[in-house]
Amino acid sequence: MEHIVIIGNGISGVTAARHIRKLSNKKITIVSSETDYFFSRTALMYVYMGHMKFEHTQPYEKWFWKKNKIDLKKGYVKSIESKNKLLHFSNGETLSYDKLIIATGSKPNKFGWPGQDLDGVMGMYHKQDLENLEKYAPNNKVCKRGVIVGGGLIGIELAEMLSSRDIPVTFLVRESSFWNGVLPEGESAMINRHIKNHHIDLRLGANLKEIKADENGKAKSVVIAETGEEIACDVVGLTAGVSPNIDFIKGSKIETGRGVKVNRYLETNITDIYAIGDCAEQYESIDQRRPIEAVWYTGRMMGETVARTICGNRIPYNPGHWFNSAKFFDIEYQTYGWVFSKPRENEAHFHWIHKDDTKCITVCYDTNTNKFLGINTFGIRMRHEVFNTWLNEERDVDFVMKNLSKANFDPEFFKHYETDIFNAFKNNLITT
Amino acid sequence: MATIQRNMSLTGDVSDHLNPLQKTGTIIGFGGLVILMYSLFGDIEDKALWLTIALIALAGGILLFSKGLYNDKLKGIKNHGVWFKSISSRGFWGWLAGITLTGFYVILYFYEGLLGANPDGNTGLIALFDPLSKFLSGNPASQWFVYGTLYTVAILAFGIKFIWKYKHNRYEQLRTISVMFFQTAFAFIIPELMARLNSDSFSLPYNDLKNMWPLNYYAFDGWRVDQFINAGNIGLAFLIFGILSVFVISPFLTYKYGKRWYCSWVCGCGGLAETAGDSFRQLSDKSMFAWKVERWVIHSVLAFSVVMTTAVISTYLGYDSEKYWLTKDIFLISVAVFLGLLFAVIWYFKKEELKKDARYGAIGYLVIVLALIGIHYFSGTQNNKVFIFESGDLRSFYGFLIGSIFSGVIGTGFYPLLGNRVWCRMGCPMAGILGLQQRLFSKFRITTNGGQCISCGNCSTYCEMGIDVRSYAQKGENIVRASCVGCGICSAVCPRGVLKLENGPQKGRINPTEVLLGNDVDLMDLVNKS
Repeated sequence: MEHIVIIGNGISGVTAARHIRKLSNKKITIVSSETDYFFSRTALMYVYMGHMKFEHTQPYEKWFWKKNKIDLKKGYVKSIESKNKLLHFSNGETLSYDKLIIATGSKPNKFGWPGQDLDGVMGMYHKQDLENLEKYAPNNKVCKRGVIVGGGLIGIELAEMLSSRDIPVTFLVRESSFWNGVLPEGESAMINRHIKNHHIDLRLGANLKEIKADENGKAKSVVIAETGEEIACDVVGLTAGVSPNIDFIKGSKIETGRGVKVNRYLETNITDIYAIGDCAEQYESIDQRRPIEAVWYTGRMMGETVARTICGNRIPYNPGHWFNSAKFFDIEYQTYGWVFSKPRENEAHFHWIHKDDTKCITVCYDTNTNKFLGINTFGIRMRHEVFNTWLNEERDVDFVMKNLSKANFDPEFFKHYETDIFNAFKNNLITT
Repeated sequence: MATIQRNMSLTGDVSDHLNPLQKTGTIIGFGGLVILMYSLFGDIEDKALWLTIALIALAGGILLFSKGLYNDKLKGIKNHGVWFKSISSRGFWGWLAGITLTGFYVILYFYEGLLGANPDGNTGLIALFDPLSKFLSGNPASQWFVYGTLYTVAILAFGIKFIWKYKHNRYEQLRTISVMFFQTAFAFIIPELMARLNSDSFSLPYNDLKNMWPLNYYAFDGWRVDQFINAGNIGLAFLIFGILSVFVISPFLTYKYGKRWYCSWVCGCGGLAETAGDSFRQLSDKSMFAWKVERWVIHSVLAFSVVMTTAVISTYLGYDSEKYWLTKDIFLISVAVFLGLLFAVIWYFKKEELKKDARYGAIGYLVIVLALIGIHYFSGTQNNKVFIFESGDLRSFYGFLIGSIFSGVIGTGFYPLLGNRVWCRMGCPMAGILGLQQRLFSKFRITTNGGQCISCGNCSTYCEMGIDVRSYAQKGENIVRASCVGCGICSAVCPRGVLKLENGPQKGRINPTEVLLGNDVDLMDLVNKS
């Protein structure tokens, strides 16, 4: 019986395993050094905030793995011997495979800051990071202030986490406005204000110079590069993005760039070795996606795809229209299609913001053809299926704006803003 | 605080302290309780005054506490520290509250004398409520009046707390206003006022119009039916409304909106669970095992209630055959025909949809019910012997086991231990019927938004019915479950806007998917090759 070994028990690896099981009777082993069971990484924040217990983040009960004959092995893979199809573990054990799926995900970026490895300095990615945070920031008596370095999705989540325990937070964001490499100006500015409304000390255009240690080797303060200001703190969160977690592969014959290089079939340069999820790097970008996509659902889709290939139906990874979502404190964000932070050539943005400063949308369209290209929505839920259809049908922006209420996904009895938005859109066309 | 499960917290001291307003609210609320407790033992002179003070203190304390908790917060989800607080995570205060509530229910149902119910006039706590009862109905209070008053105060005060908590969510607010209204008007004030109409020549039974059979298991007891019939047109109208509610109104509304129209918009049990019980919704068991237990238990209770009610009705029809136009035999035959037809229709239309064990269950119960009726009809036993049991015994056994122990002592007393909907999930025969309707013939579903789910688990954690919502959402499937009461909290707590309660066409309501939206696998290609 063919033995499929998957390194990594995140969403990519587990989805691959589930789909291989659906399609075949192959022997499946999932290896992880992080946890015994699959958990939802995106939910770690809710454990710290007391919304959930850790076991709630595990989507499957323990019997699930046995029932579906998916073996779970805890261990750290030190190296891959592809010639003999053998994995070497850090404790000296080995495991042989017939096909190998690398799904090891990401690790937090560190940019060589002085003090980045001190006690009390951590990313927010692994379960171990959460345990660390519990240790160094259990409450606002032990942790008088937390400093977060890096203004992205994880940074703002960490800010929400610490503030849920009434720990004062200083949030260092390199950019001139929160996440404005991705978000258009109006949206980014609204989120800046929302962050401040949550009493976060938001420092825009601020870089970290160094983290200073106390006599026990624990972080005691950070120094801001631009001003030289020293901020006393007990915890430092490094949230300046993530990169593929593939150090153990370096030195093997598997081709790597920033991630494990794969083709559209998620195959590496070595036969019978595949890579999926955050750690995979496409030779060529698909559509306007990045070659490495550290997104929950792309990991899941790659898992769905690679399972078919492994079970004899070789199909390419073919992600459809871009979509994503996030939550910034109380404001939900969804995006469908492409809306870049600044309109590109022959593109225009239409921006609408509600006066309560917690809801806005930005629609991107082609100025030559009027084709609808994408939408960002904040504080208003939209239907994935509807936008997917409209993007497939290449609808123009007027159609989308006229029919926006069909895409509304807010709960029943919520106030609707489509008329406001449509009127603003019409006025906008008249004035410009 | 020793039993508190801190999960990953090492020092344990997290932000679950009370601010000054919350402390004041707690003290005032407990002050109200102290007055009630005092009345149990000491004699209170000015009852009307002290009752007013006690009830205002209770409600005011809850409101002050809520103001302290939510007033200066921005709109959004308010679940910080739920699993750190001892009351909401089965810690010390949770257990204490559970034991206290359970004790209260045991006394209420079985030792009402301790509360001051005496044949020669009320004393103690019940006497304290006399002024209010006399003001409303003209009669002295009973333990049930005391309970009803406290129940209503709890739904109103905790209802406002809930509305405050969900100040960003109109669905939650409206349905809470709805349960507050139905409890206050239909369950409390109207029946009390209607008691004023009663005289020597005219008398209506205490009647909460929204409390339908089989939740109201005594709805068709002989004495009630007699009273209705004797009360002329008004009584008859109530009786007919009661029957229509069960067979016409509720199936129609459930078809249109799902069982939520009742369970989380109208019902009193649901009302208490959603308001006073809101802090405990995360304690429901989400395991597959719990789901299996749930299906067996709730449908057993439903079958039990059908058998019991049939037995009771056929008994009094048999006693006084000339009094009713319906004879016992015709009644029994109609019940058998009705159940048989119902089962045939379900079998014909929904055979494929039903899971295997549900089919076994349905067949099993149908056989039991029909067999019991058959035994009775063909063996021609005496009228006081119904089926193989005495109907009176069956009725008291049901009343004791289901009416008192399950719905009261366990259902509400165990809020802080098993979650706020144990009764609704495991025991309520009304929820059982509405659930079957919702699962089989309804437009209601919770829609999953394409491929946006990140499997975080907030939806499952906060589902009071113990539905593993995430297991559907992460597969891109709509949630169509018999037990869902449509409280809407899964949708509210979802950080990615994935879930929406909707009424829509039957087609596409249940949508098992092979690959989620977003992954452009050529599906025809996929089907051909695999």
